Amino acid sequence: MIAASIILLGAFLFPIWHIDLRAPQYPEGLGLRIWVNQITGLKDGDLDLINNLNHYIGMKTIHPESIPELKIMPYIVIFFAIAGLLAAKFNKKWIKAVWLVTLLIILAIGLYDYYLWGYDYGHNLNPKAPIKVPGMSYQPPLIGSKQLLNMNALSVPGVGTIIILFTILLASGSIYIDTKKERPKNA
Amino acid sequence: MKNAKLVVGILTTFLVGIVLYNCSGSGESASAEDAAKRVYVKPGSYDEFYAFMSGGFNGQLSVYGLPSGRMLKNISVFSQNPETGYGYSEESKGMLMTSYGFIPWDDSHHPVLSKTNGEQDGKWIFINGNNTPRIARIDLRSFETVEIIEIPNSAGNHGSPFLTENTEYVVASTRFSVPIPNKDVPISTYKENFKGTVSFISVDKHKGDMKMAFQIVVPGLNYDLAHAGKGPSHGWVFFTSYNSEQANTLLEINASQNDKDFIAAVNWKKAEEYVKAGKAQKVKTEYYHNLYNENTQTTESQKMNDVLVLDPEKYPGMIYYIPTPKSPHGVDIDPSGKYIVAGGKLSSVIPVHSFEKMIKAIDGKLFDGNLGGIPILKYDEVLAGEVINPGLGPLHTEFDGKGYAYTSAFLSSEIVKWKLGTWEVVDRIPTYYSIGHLMIPGGDSKKPSGKYVVALNKITKDRYLPTGPELTQSAQLYDISGDKMQLLLDFPTIGEPHYAQAIPADLLAKNSKKIYPIEKNNHKHAVKSEKEARIERKGNEVHVYMSATRSHFKPDNIEGIKVGDKVYWHVTNLEQDWDIPHGFTVKGMNNSELLIMPGQTKTIVWNPTKAGIYPFYCTDFCSALHQEMQGYVRVSDAGSNVKLSFN
Repeated sequence: MIAASIILLGAFLFPIWHIDLRAPQYPEGLGLRIWVNQITGLKDGDLDLINNLNHYIGMKTIHPESIPELKIMPYIVIFFAIAGLLAAKFNKKWIKAVWLVTLLIILAIGLYDYYLWGYDYGHNLNPKAPIKVPGMSYQPPLIGSKQLLNMNALSVPGVGTIIILFTILLASGSIYIDTKKERPKNA
Repeated sequence: MKNAKLVVGILTTFLVGIVLYNCSGSGESASAEDAAKRVYVKPGSYDEFYAFMSGGFNGQLSVYGLPSGRMLKNISVFSQNPETGYGYSEESKGMLMTSYGFIPWDDSHHPVLSKTNGEQDGKWIFINGNNTPRIARIDLRSFETVEIIEIPNSAGNHGSPFLTENTEYVVASTRFSVPIPNKDVPISTYKENFKGTVSFISVDKHKGDMKMAFQIVVPGLNYDLAHAGKGPSHGWVFFTSYNSEQANTLLEINASQNDKDFIAAVNWKKAEEYVKAGKAQKVKTEYYHNLYNENTQTTESQKMNDVLVLDPEKYPGMIYYIPTPKSPHGVDIDPSGKYIVAGGKLSSVIPVHSFEKMIKAIDGKLFDGNLGGIPILKYDEVLAGEVINPGLGPLHTEFDGKGYAYTSAFLSSEIVKWKLGTWEVVDRIPTYYSIGHLMIPGGDSKKPSGKYVVALNKITKDRYLPTGPELTQSAQLYDISGDKMQLLLDFPTIGEPHYAQAIPADLLAKNSKKIYPIEKNNHKHAVKSEKEARIERKGNEVHVYMSATRSHFKPDNIEGIKVGDKVYWHVTNLEQDWDIPHGFTVKGMNNSELLIMPGQTKTIVWNPTKAGIYPFYCTDFCSALHQEMQGYVRVSDAGSNVKLSFN
């Protein structure tokens, strides 16, 4: 449980989601990296570049500083790390379970929220955009790839998400061990 | 050079019989299929070497890939280029300033790559301006000219810009001797009034900045080419000279009388000691030093007013003359640094001097008199050997690092391969036609890459589809990895390449810049975002601070410009994307267009002379909506009261 809480902080060190864009004109690659607290480009300048390209289809520009989630998420992660450590200290199975379930709910909300942002960016387009394709929207897939005009968008979880998965696994393991320990007592 | 071609043509005609006789060992040609395979670089793949070929009378430096012979870039150096605005833009104009004013062209001959420990380090390439004596430095991260220094007390900077083993100095010598300081004298007083100089320009180890360190005044001969020693001969530079007759008219005949002319061996470490001891005289002169400031993206021109000059008559031990037959042109040092090879263009042998013997002759004072106080060494006491039957008109030699030397023979139009130490000719192969310089990648360094040699020819004739009287230039690529040289490829080159150098591509490609980071752009008139785009009037000067990004300019409608205004277009390309330059021009622009790389700011001045509406637009196809990347300027009569406005 202690390990689960500590590695959760590792989610700060790696992006939690990758969106890679592939197009013939970009042999060198182009992409976004979504972190717990920021959005960056795969390379320096990629964010500005993607914003610039997106103006052709009328997509809103992505300003990481105006996305409130990026400000809240770090506190949530830190909160869960501390709460997890406390849960480990109390070493009560139910506390751990509550912690885990809350984490899962928050993650689900987070994922849904991320989907909503993607939906908004992909659908809420400037009607005066130079390129308008009837019926076309530009929402990047949550996971997987999708052809958006000349760009193939590939969206996959990053190392940050894998770390969170490990946190969940470790916490579940801890609860499982607790359950096992309880059983002989009951038996 | 055109006249030289004529003379050469006539000479060649007379010499045909001898040439045919000399060409008895004609070279091998690889089978077409085999040769094609060896020069074929498949689509999307890269060449093995970057080759830098001087532009000669076009004043530029062009970049080719080897072995394919594909041209990659023409770097603007001494000549204005209206394609990019080089030499027209406010930022780059200063690069072409000299003490004779703004000179928008030159004759560029010898590109030389920077070296560390006698090996190529891939930092910079230097090239000389022959006409108005100058040396330029090109940064090999941007492939752009970043510095030009004028050489004072010189006329015809031909023997330049050769480098010492660790790029401590880049050298220059004066092809034409002139009065120093220059003054109005009868030309017939040549022997009395005319002098030569050899110059040492120091190079900052990290930044590359050049500084005129010192000059040595030498007797009035024609100083031609140079190379620095390496290994044991590090600390010396060797300059060829002709016209030991000191003729001042019809040199063709009058400077070809003496059996031997001279190689000036200059001990620059000794000269350095004299300079440190305060023996150099500070002489008033005028020259320009033009340096590109990476931070402001602007060239700063500085006028310099004096130079340190050493007199070898007063301070001995700096220079010795090595007699060398006959009107020597090239002087080349083998990779071991032991041998000094001279290309006596009218000589029937290639003399090879020994550095070791030269030092012994100096120590033993084995002199044959002196010229202007400079001791003349005894030929036989310095000579290591002579290459017999080396072809007619030997000019230049490069080395393969495997014990062989390759000499270009202009009149017999061939490359002659011979062995260092035994001096025997082992192979020869024709070139098409009349080879000048030849080039092996790293062939002047301690570690040549002995895979190819390129012939840089002076005459093209029937090698390509004809294009009227003016033809492309002709180069040939030969494989020299085996015992026999093999012709692989003909490829056309532009300008008139004299010398060229090549370097393994992986040394440069990894450092090549893709963009200029906008956050590091501290140009005085840059805009970092569209929000900063604006117009300011100062009297009759109007400054337009404009941004360019796909696919619009900001501002794109401008009113309130008046006839007689001087309009400064400061255009910043806000893109940070690889290979997205924007162009800029206005109808009736009598200056040049601009080509602005991502993150760059360039300024062009426009003087509108008639009232009306003037469109401006992007000249580089940048995007699907490139045609829409345009705007209008309204120009009103001088007395009109249209207010300055924009959006």
